[in-house]
Amino acid sequence: MASTGAGYDLSPTTFSNDGRIFQVEYATKAVENSGTTIGIRCSDGVVLGVEKLLTSKMLLKSSNRRVATLDAHCGLVLCGLAADGRQIVGRARDECSNYDEVYGDKIPPRVLAARLADYVHYFTIHGALRPFGTASMIAGYDPCTKTHELYAVEPSGVCLRYFGCALGKGRQSAKSEIEKLDLSTLTCKDALREIAKMIHTVHDESKDKPFALEMAWLTKDTGFEFALVPDDLVQEAEAWAKAKLEEDDDDDDDDDDAEMTPAPPTDAASPS
Amino acid sequence: MAGGVAEKMESSSPMRHTTRPIVTGTSVLGLKYKDGVMLAADTLASYGSLAMFQDMRRISKTGSYTLVGGSGEMSDYAAITHMLEDLDRENKNANDGFEFSPKEIFYYLRAVMYQRRNKFDPLWNSLVVGGFKDGQPFLGCVDLRGTAFEDDVVATGFGAHLALPVMRNKWRPDLEEGEARALLEDCLRVLYYRDCRALDKVQLSKATSEGTRISEPYKLETDWASASFVAGPGGDLDGDGGW
Repeated sequence: MASTGAGYDLSPTTFSNDGRIFQVEYATKAVENSGTTIGIRCSDGVVLGVEKLLTSKMLLKSSNRRVATLDAHCGLVLCGLAADGRQIVGRARDECSNYDEVYGDKIPPRVLAARLADYVHYFTIHGALRPFGTASMIAGYDPCTKTHELYAVEPSGVCLRYFGCALGKGRQSAKSEIEKLDLSTLTCKDALREIAKMIHTVHDESKDKPFALEMAWLTKDTGFEFALVPDDLVQEAEAWAKAKLEEDDDDDDDDDDAEMTPAPPTDAASPS
Repeated sequence: MAGGVAEKMESSSPMRHTTRPIVTGTSVLGLKYKDGVMLAADTLASYGSLAMFQDMRRISKTGSYTLVGGSGEMSDYAAITHMLEDLDRENKNANDGFEFSPKEIFYYLRAVMYQRRNKFDPLWNSLVVGGFKDGQPFLGCVDLRGTAFEDDVVATGFGAHLALPVMRNKWRPDLEEGEARALLEDCLRVLYYRDCRALDKVQLSKATSEGTRISEPYKLETDWASASFVAGPGGDLDGDGGW
C-alpha cells in the first residue's frame, strides 16, 4: 500500500510519502472543474468576470450569484463548489464588519485576503474537517493607500496578489490571453470586453452547459465602490466579444479551406 | 471571608442599567419644506454643564435617502449610527437594488428603542429621522421610550420648548429652501441664546429628490446688543436677563 501511495488521501492531516496532501489536491480539482473565472487589475480599477454555468434553462440568469459584495470597497468572485463558497462569503463579510467595528475603518484588502486565507487554511489541518472546494478572488480598494488590489485565495490557504488571474476550466488559455494585455494602461471598460472574449473563447457551446456571464467591478468612475457591472455594459461587452470571435473564425475558415487537413482528434482522450 | 465583598455587593444591590446620560447633545430640529426635509443641530457634546466636545456631528446619513439626527447620550447615538451602518452594509451586500425608505428606518429605530426600554436598558436618545424617497418627504421623531410620531415640524430636547412654537408659527408646506434654512437658523439662534447646553456652531442637512446632504459645521451670526442682554451700570442685567 505504501508503495502505491494509496491510503494517504483519506485525511488532510496525512502527508503522502512524497510530501503531498491529497485531500487538498482533490479540493483544487473541484475548482478546476468549475466555470472559468477571471480577475484583472487595470489601471483604473479591478474587474471580475465569471462563466456561471446554468444547470437549467428555467433558472433566472441572476440566480446563484458567483460574485458577492462584501463591503462598500470590496467584493469577491467564487470558483468551485457554490455551497462551499457561501461559507467563504459569510466569513469574508464577518471579517469586514468586524474590522470596522474594532478599528473604525474599512478593512484593507490585503488584511481581508490574509484573514480569509487563514480561515481556508484551517480546514486543511484538521482531521475532522474537509478543505473548501472553492477558490475566491478578492477585488478591493484600500482607502488609506488609495490603491486597488486583486487577490486569489486557493483551497490550500495560499493567498497571492495578482495583476491578472484565472481559475476554473479555461484558466490555461485565459491566463495566456491575460499575459498578452498591457495591464498598466488597460482600463476597466476595455477589460470588460477582454474578459467577455476570453470566457466566450473557452466556452464550448456544443459541449458545455449554457452560461451567464457575470461581471463585477470596482472602478475610479464609481468611486471605487464594488458593484455588479450594469447589464447594458455586460451585453455590450458580450456583443463585442462575439463579433470579434466571428471575425477570427472567418479568418480561420479561410485557412482551413486552403489546407483542408483532416480534423485532429480532440484532446479529451489524451493520456494524463 | 473570601469573596465577602463581592457577595455582599451581589446580594445587596440589584443590577442597574443606565439611569442618566453622561455626555449629551442638545436639541435637533427638523421640518418639511417645498423640496423635502431639512434637519439642523449644533455640534456640541456636553459633559454635564461643561461644553466638552465642540465638533460632535450629530446628524448622519444612512442609505441614500435618510438622515438621522440624535440628541441625548452621544455614545448611544454612536452605537445607533453603527447599527444603521451594519444594516446598510447588509442591504448593499444583497445587491438587489433595494434600499430602505426613511419610513422603514424610522420604524426600525422605533422597534430598537422600544425593545431596549422594555429591557429597562434604554438607549438614552431622542432621534429625528428625516428623508425623501419616491417623491415623498418623511419626518419623524423617536425617543428613549420608543414613543414615535411623525409631523411636519419636530424638535427634541430644549428645542421642543423653545424652537417648536416658533417653527409652528412660521411653517408653511410650500416653504422655499431659503426660508426653511432661515427659519431653522433663527431657531438655532434662539436656542444658543437661551439653552445653556447649545452652541453657535451648527450643521444643516437636507433630504430632497437629489439625495441627502449634510453641511460642514459653520458659525451662526449672533447679536448681543439687545437691551435684555446688556449689563447696566451696576453690572446687573438691565432687562429681564436671560429670561
